[in-house]
Amino acid sequence: MAERMTTDAPRPRPAAEPRLPTLGEEITRPGHLACPGCAVPLLARTFLKIAGPRTVFCVPACCFAVIDGPFPYSSAGVPFVHCAFETAAVTAAGVKAGLRARGQGDILVVAWAGDGGTFDIGIQALSGAAERNDDILYVCYDNEAYMNTGIQRSGSTPNGAWTTTTPGGKQGRKKNLGMIMAAHRIPYFATVSPGYYNDMVAKMRRAISTKGFRMLHALSSCPPGWKMAEEHSLTSTRLAVDTRIFPLYEVDDGRFRVTVNPPQRPVSEYLRLQGRFAQLGAAGIEAQQRAADEDWAALRARCERHGNVND
Amino acid sequence: MTTSEKLLTGNEAAAWGAARAGAEVVAAYPITPQTTIIETLASLVHRGISKAEYIAVESEHSAMAACIAAAHTGARAFTATSSQGLALMHELMHWAAAARLPVVLANVNRAMAPGWSIWTDQNDSLSQRDTGWIQIYCVDNQEVVDSVIQAFALAARTSLPVMVVLDAFVLSHTAEAVHIPEEEEVRPLIPEWNAPWKIDIDRPAALGSLVPPAEYEKMRKKLCDAHAQAALVIEDLAATWRKRFGRGAGLIESYRAEGAETILVTSATIASTARVVIDELRDKGVPAGLVRVRVFRPFPVAALRGALAGAKRVVVLDRNCSYGASGIFYQELRAALCGVPGAPVVHGYIAGMGGRDVTPLTVRAALGRAMEGEAPVPESTWLSE
Repeated sequence: MAERMTTDAPRPRPAAEPRLPTLGEEITRPGHLACPGCAVPLLARTFLKIAGPRTVFCVPACCFAVIDGPFPYSSAGVPFVHCAFETAAVTAAGVKAGLRARGQGDILVVAWAGDGGTFDIGIQALSGAAERNDDILYVCYDNEAYMNTGIQRSGSTPNGAWTTTTPGGKQGRKKNLGMIMAAHRIPYFATVSPGYYNDMVAKMRRAISTKGFRMLHALSSCPPGWKMAEEHSLTSTRLAVDTRIFPLYEVDDGRFRVTVNPPQRPVSEYLRLQGRFAQLGAAGIEAQQRAADEDWAALRARCERHGNVND
Repeated sequence: MTTSEKLLTGNEAAAWGAARAGAEVVAAYPITPQTTIIETLASLVHRGISKAEYIAVESEHSAMAACIAAAHTGARAFTATSSQGLALMHELMHWAAAARLPVVLANVNRAMAPGWSIWTDQNDSLSQRDTGWIQIYCVDNQEVVDSVIQAFALAARTSLPVMVVLDAFVLSHTAEAVHIPEEEEVRPLIPEWNAPWKIDIDRPAALGSLVPPAEYEKMRKKLCDAHAQAALVIEDLAATWRKRFGRGAGLIESYRAEGAETILVTSATIASTARVVIDELRDKGVPAGLVRVRVFRPFPVAALRGALAGAKRVVVLDRNCSYGASGIFYQELRAALCGVPGAPVVHGYIAGMGGRDVTPLTVRAALGRAMEGEAPVPESTWLSE
């Protein structure tokens, strides 16, 4: 179901967008508290339409913990278990074990955490659950900084990005989560972007129906944190893919496959949309282009080794 | 040893207690001197004696997180730790209690580093004093198995997490004859936990979300009130045990304390050493007795006031220290007796830190110094000095 481009040239606007997939019933209820343009409600709502009501969310300290609503409200529409910052993965594992012990092992248990809770403080519990191949689905919605506490840099913040703790722009690149998880040999890992909706839906379906530890790494646009107009939320997540800054791929039992072959737009189109990269000069943008090109080549080489290149 | 008794170390007793109580999820991470608890449980699960889901987590922090999560589903959750491991759990110790979840934890008392020590003292468990956990300190291995089983019942009846504490090596690695109750004897005593905050797929709700100050304070008062309720449940379970098995203490245990002028107050295995000293003194006609504090939280204020009424002096022997203050049981006891008309003079002594042996000589020294008229000091007196 993945969108696939046929050329590396700038992509002409297609005459008609691909048909949207048919999803299940609406689970999410009205009343979420997300900022305008936040990708999280779109991600969670779409996910639950596929997963259905027999789902439990385990959510550590992060934007989603606030978005769901304060006591006694909850907009998720499924049990929403708040947990300590560094415990998303093991909380999901514990809920799954408890449900299994109680004869409810069919329930889908999801850890849903931000990049801080995944790349940084939660990586130990994440690594443990992945190594044990616990039967849970981990969704990292990656807005590339500690947005809930007011835009501080994380291990996922991209090189050069402004945050309140990197006022001159972050020095150093974000961790490669896909490589970290692939090294754990989990059954399924995929990157998703709300800007490529059908690809995202296909991967959510795949992750939900897979057994064992699986992970979706979602680029999650954050207009206030990225210093960007709200209406650019989806455009930015699409451009992140098209510029090959956030390639869409999956790792299926160790085999890499690019699922969307992007048109290779210059990285400047993505960077210039966001105020957090405003201080990057021509040399900075050139360096980002080189890094994106190198990463793309490395990803392609990995896919080729697995015979998974479709141009 | 009767046919239903086995020769068990304290750690094996803790594991058998969890299995007999029907632990459904066990989260396991090794640390000396606790490791043989989770090893025994691994073996019991492997042999099908326990049906628990066994999760070999990657840290104690994750062990407690897994127990919290499992307890949220209504499953009986158990883990064991010691010292540094318990300290690592600290954030989640608050979480388990404030979420009002019936998690059961066995903690083997071990001194905190540095310097490295694997031997017993109580500063690890007492550092969890204000988290909201029930704390039960065991005197022997029979009490370990009984307390772990009771802990599951107590937790389910009060929606409070329960820590069962045993001394490193003195109990953890020392074998005694222990009667292990049968499943059918104890399972009916452990009710299903069905609090409204259990995960219910048909009644989706957020658990643990942001609360405004007034609601938060209300929740914390309920947590505090639950401890008062727990004191009654502990005595009720003790009565059941005495009736069913002919053994077992409740909040406190008095030993030859009737009519005693001097009463030693202590906890855990020091109490069994102290019994010998009390017997010697009584044989010599010295009116001395012993009160063992079995349950530290809820602190048994009323029971202690009753047991100590009429004594001239109380001698508290602590295997712990709140640095900058005094021995911790000493502090707590003085607070409990504050304002009681005719309350005894209270002396505080500290001994046995880092596993230093507490022998009859040590206990005699504490009692002797107090009875010879040494003035009590607010900081506790270190017996080694």
